[in-house]
Amino acid sequence: MTPWAIELIGINKRFGEVHANKDIDLKVKRGTIHGIVGENGAGKSTLMSILYGFYTADSGQILVNGTPHAITDSRHALQLGIGMVHQHFTLVDNFSILENVVLGVEHSPLLAPTFAKARAELKRLASEYSLDVDPGAIVEDVSVGLQQRVEILKALYRGAEVLILDEPTGVLTPAEADHLFRVLRVLREQGKTIILITHKLREIMAITDSVSVMRQGEMVATLETAGTSPEELAELMVGRRVLLRVEKGPANPGKVLLEVVDLVVTDDLKVPRVKGINFKVRAGEIVGIAGVAGNGQSELLEAVSGIRDQKSGDVVLNGSKLSLEGDDGAARARLAGLAHVPEDRQRMGLVINFEEWENSILGYQDDPAYGKGVLLDIDAARRQAAERMEKFDIRPTNVRLKTANFSGGNQQKIVLAREMERDPLVLVVGQPTRGVDIGAVEFIHNQIIKMRDAGKAILLVSVELDEIRSLSDRILVMFDGKIVGEADPATATEGELGLMMAGIGTKEAAP
Amino acid sequence: MDLDTIISVLAATLRLTTPLLLACLAGLYSERSGIFDIGLEGKMLAAAFAAAAMAAVTGNMWAGLLVGILVSIGMSMIHAVASISLKGNQIISGVAINFLAAGLTTLLGLTWFHQGGRTPALAEGGRFLGLDLPFAFELKSVPVLGPIYDGLISGHNLFVYLAFLAVPLTAWVLYRTRFGLRLRAVGENPKAVDTAGISVVKLRYQALLITGLLCGVAGAYFSIAQGSGFGNNMTGGRGYIALAALIFAKWRPVPAMFACLLFGFLDAVQIRLQGVDLPLVGQVPVQAIQALPYVLTVVLLAGFIGKAVGPKAGGVPYTKEN
Repeated sequence: MTPWAIELIGINKRFGEVHANKDIDLKVKRGTIHGIVGENGAGKSTLMSILYGFYTADSGQILVNGTPHAITDSRHALQLGIGMVHQHFTLVDNFSILENVVLGVEHSPLLAPTFAKARAELKRLASEYSLDVDPGAIVEDVSVGLQQRVEILKALYRGAEVLILDEPTGVLTPAEADHLFRVLRVLREQGKTIILITHKLREIMAITDSVSVMRQGEMVATLETAGTSPEELAELMVGRRVLLRVEKGPANPGKVLLEVVDLVVTDDLKVPRVKGINFKVRAGEIVGIAGVAGNGQSELLEAVSGIRDQKSGDVVLNGSKLSLEGDDGAARARLAGLAHVPEDRQRMGLVINFEEWENSILGYQDDPAYGKGVLLDIDAARRQAAERMEKFDIRPTNVRLKTANFSGGNQQKIVLAREMERDPLVLVVGQPTRGVDIGAVEFIHNQIIKMRDAGKAILLVSVELDEIRSLSDRILVMFDGKIVGEADPATATEGELGLMMAGIGTKEAAP
Repeated sequence: MDLDTIISVLAATLRLTTPLLLACLAGLYSERSGIFDIGLEGKMLAAAFAAAAMAAVTGNMWAGLLVGILVSIGMSMIHAVASISLKGNQIISGVAINFLAAGLTTLLGLTWFHQGGRTPALAEGGRFLGLDLPFAFELKSVPVLGPIYDGLISGHNLFVYLAFLAVPLTAWVLYRTRFGLRLRAVGENPKAVDTAGISVVKLRYQALLITGLLCGVAGAYFSIAQGSGFGNNMTGGRGYIALAALIFAKWRPVPAMFACLLFGFLDAVQIRLQGVDLPLVGQVPVQAIQALPYVLTVVLLAGFIGKAVGPKAGGVPYTKEN
């Protein structure tokens, strides 16, 4: 038997004009953890979807344990022992864990015998791989970490020998991620093969045995993890040298520009999400809010920027209280000098079907610079959009192009340019680099630091702990709608922050 | 009100609930699979016409039922091709089916039978009659229970019993069988079904096949069981009321039965109240009384039931690339 669990030879896949996979070769050794890294759109997920039978390759060959197979669909892949844990879980939310595990592999027309068998099997898997779950729990009621565990159990229940995980830690707390890695190591010891897709180089270094790098649809290198470094991998991914560490000088905090007092915010279902928060952001400092997604950060951002009405409390900008109530709250906040880069650029930051120049004035369209009366001065707006395009290195450099046709990183730069170039007092920014490639991340981080050094107050919310740690001058940790601790990024360890993010071991926050 | 009146209103309730219930369950299969079906009405109407026409020509009620079912399944498959295979808009496809049925039944009725759109009245053998359950006659004299057994439970036609049997059957299929599990899954998250290696398309076609079957039975009930012949627009919007009941019941079979019983009961009361002097108000115009079930539909759907969250993937054609 060959030592290779999986061999991909000359895989090609096109989606219309896009050549997502170009002549890809990949060999994965049995019983190892093999990482695949690459920027967004490099073709990692497409490649794995081909292996999993979700897409069919235009050309190329797949060998499983040395034997060629034409994998036609997911069911076929499962029969060959290939299971996949998708980045966006493929669970039925209102089903129990048990129902989700058996879906598609029910061995009997009636469910009762299937459930009995699955319960026994889950018990065995739980003890073998420390993957405990309550089979009767409804999926939408359990944590994201547990939902991911269900996905892994689904694959193992189907007899997977090769497990593909697509960006598995994006949604996890540090503690959950650690547990996942422990589970993966146990799986490797038991002889399973694991393919780990990620863009986090730290994870590659920590857990993989070997790593393949993809760039723009091509496989650029396959290396032994022990013989490489994050810097080398980043360079291979981007195709040029990248600074992984954010270069910034010490902060120079001045007077308080943004103050949040006893803020309470409820969500659309009237459930309180922000439960009485106090903090200050000074001129020339970046305050980062760390936390696992869904602990009230989104509602905080929306309330401070005037999109969502607050239930009680005050937002004070440069000494005067902001009135944010009503539908035009966001417009008033902007006018007063509070710029907002929303968490979800496609839903809240941009009208994705607009041309680029239209988005570059969105929200400021009433500004006299873009025309008087009812008419827009389109030439002026386009001219300015073109200038910003150059300044922020937005590509392709065509202000008439539909925004949807820009990459994620360039879309984010369109929003950032719009908000930063207004020269606001305070910049509120959510998930600045979500779904943005490494090259653009570096640029965006530098722009944020430039704003800080120009004496602006910056409130940064991100679920990427690395980003919070490298950009912030002070870190506030949010858990369950409250600020549960404050940390100094220079001294706080990831472990300490992780505990606070999980609501354990909190320090009292200084307002 | 005496016992006989109550029993006769309740018996009428069962008869009026039957087509609603069959249509409601039909909609349940479709919508649970993630396909909106606003065309229940059209399928019933077409089936009612086809069943009556066939029964009139052959004099055989079973032939009528069979053709009614086939026509309804055919229309359901048009909806399936449009909304599953061609990924069209499910509401538009459903509306088209309703228009098609309304127009075709009138047109064909006029050309074939020359009776102003009606089909010829059915002779014995052409329609389903009431079935007397065992001992109904013997037990009639037993106080209270006798009349209830004889007047309320016994004496309905086959469809009534079928409709109420279909409720536990549907619940069993939905919650106890492999098919039911997959059906519920595909309406919530078709991608989960797809990645589990099950064909989303095939499952949805199967669901719509059942929808067609049940709508066919419901339609045939109007023309060859409850009535004896087809009349213009004889389903009278019951397909929409069934849809309302389905939403009211939050897409669950047993609550669906109770919702349909409520609408059926109002319909029965409505018939009973026509021309009756009510205390305080006197005689109410018949149109106002007849509007009752429809008014209730609006009230219930508009405000009473709160937020009804249907199958999450409902109305969205499934494409892999997303």
